[in-house]
Amino acid sequence: MALGMALGVCIIVPVLLLIRVAYVLYRSGKPVGAKSPKSYSTLVVLGSGGHTAEMINLLLVLEKHRFTPRYYIAAATDNMSLQKARSLENSWADKGGDKIAKIAAEYMQIYRSREVGQSYITSVWTTLVALAHALWLMLRIRPQVILCNGPGTCIPLCMIAFLLKVLGIGWSSIFYVESIARVRRLSLSGLILYKLRVADKFFVQWPQLQRKYPRADYVGCLM
Amino acid sequence: MAEGGAARGRGAEAKRVVFVTVGTTCFDALVRAVDQQEVKQGLLAKGYTHLIIQMGRGTYIPTKSEGETGSLAVDYFTFSSSIADHLRSASLVISHAGSGSIFETLRLCKPLIVVVNEDLMDNHQAELAEELAERKHLYCARPQTLHQTISEMNLESLLPYQPGDATPVAKLINRFLGFPED
Repeated sequence: MALGMALGVCIIVPVLLLIRVAYVLYRSGKPVGAKSPKSYSTLVVLGSGGHTAEMINLLLVLEKHRFTPRYYIAAATDNMSLQKARSLENSWADKGGDKIAKIAAEYMQIYRSREVGQSYITSVWTTLVALAHALWLMLRIRPQVILCNGPGTCIPLCMIAFLLKVLGIGWSSIFYVESIARVRRLSLSGLILYKLRVADKFFVQWPQLQRKYPRADYVGCLM
Repeated sequence: MAEGGAARGRGAEAKRVVFVTVGTTCFDALVRAVDQQEVKQGLLAKGYTHLIIQMGRGTYIPTKSEGETGSLAVDYFTFSSSIADHLRSASLVISHAGSGSIFETLRLCKPLIVVVNEDLMDNHQAELAEELAERKHLYCARPQTLHQTISEMNLESLLPYQPGDATPVAKLINRFLGFPED
């Protein structure tokens, strides 16, 4: 009897989980289709250097009141990106003169799973730490929208967002913009999010990439 | 001293600066390339008078020069918060292949030679430089072919780069989330 139940659980749980994963994959990439959405809490993952510059260009044209509150995450080793986001938010607050914009943004740093040149053995441990940290941040933020454009910093966050979707804890729409530097081949981060269908919308900036990855949207250059 | 002053005075009339930048990277092969007599002579022949090198984390130290008659004035520094000013005052920019440096230079409508760092493991940066070179927005070179690119380049044939625009992405995101189009 107990054995039968254990067996049943062993079969039913994975099957249910598979069905749920299939459902999430089916739902992902389909427009949210909310009737009259007001605003979405938004997580912006800042890459560094050129990635951050491209993201800022995107933020400049998004309607701020639709993507509120905003949470910015950058790698712990990157001290420039959050500063840039801060000055962008401050310029909005100054321009709009509203106090809401000032409190509508939060800034956080995340551990990187692997630094350039780090050995693979120690990176197992640092990856686990980075994942736990990402999980904690995601549970705290519970973003409805995630904007990211590589490099690797966004991967743990996006994977956890997908996991939370599967578990029914939260639902976030993930938008990934491949870097302008990628003309012929996707970056590793881009490839992961595209192949696993984790990104709801996947944008590329060169037409030849779109031909190679037909589920992507070609949007022209952001820079 | 007086001679230096005279040289500066003369330089002010037709000062044409070449600015070399490696960003935050270490790109000794480029610094070494622009330090070669061949390259300097090529730049001189094209009418440039000054060479300023931002060498980043590199260890190769180029030779400084005051710019006596018949030679290029050469100066270098590691990092600066005023890279933008250097770009603005340059007549020609020679840059590493980072997208930040490339687009900052193109936005200022400065003639640009991008030199690809072949020592990088994941050399995807060449893709961008080669694509933009094909579209005639810049010249793309390797450290060992830089002198050739300089002697063969025709800056008149370069086309201005139209800055990009993120509104198509914003539109698609808005539509996906159910926001009305405005």
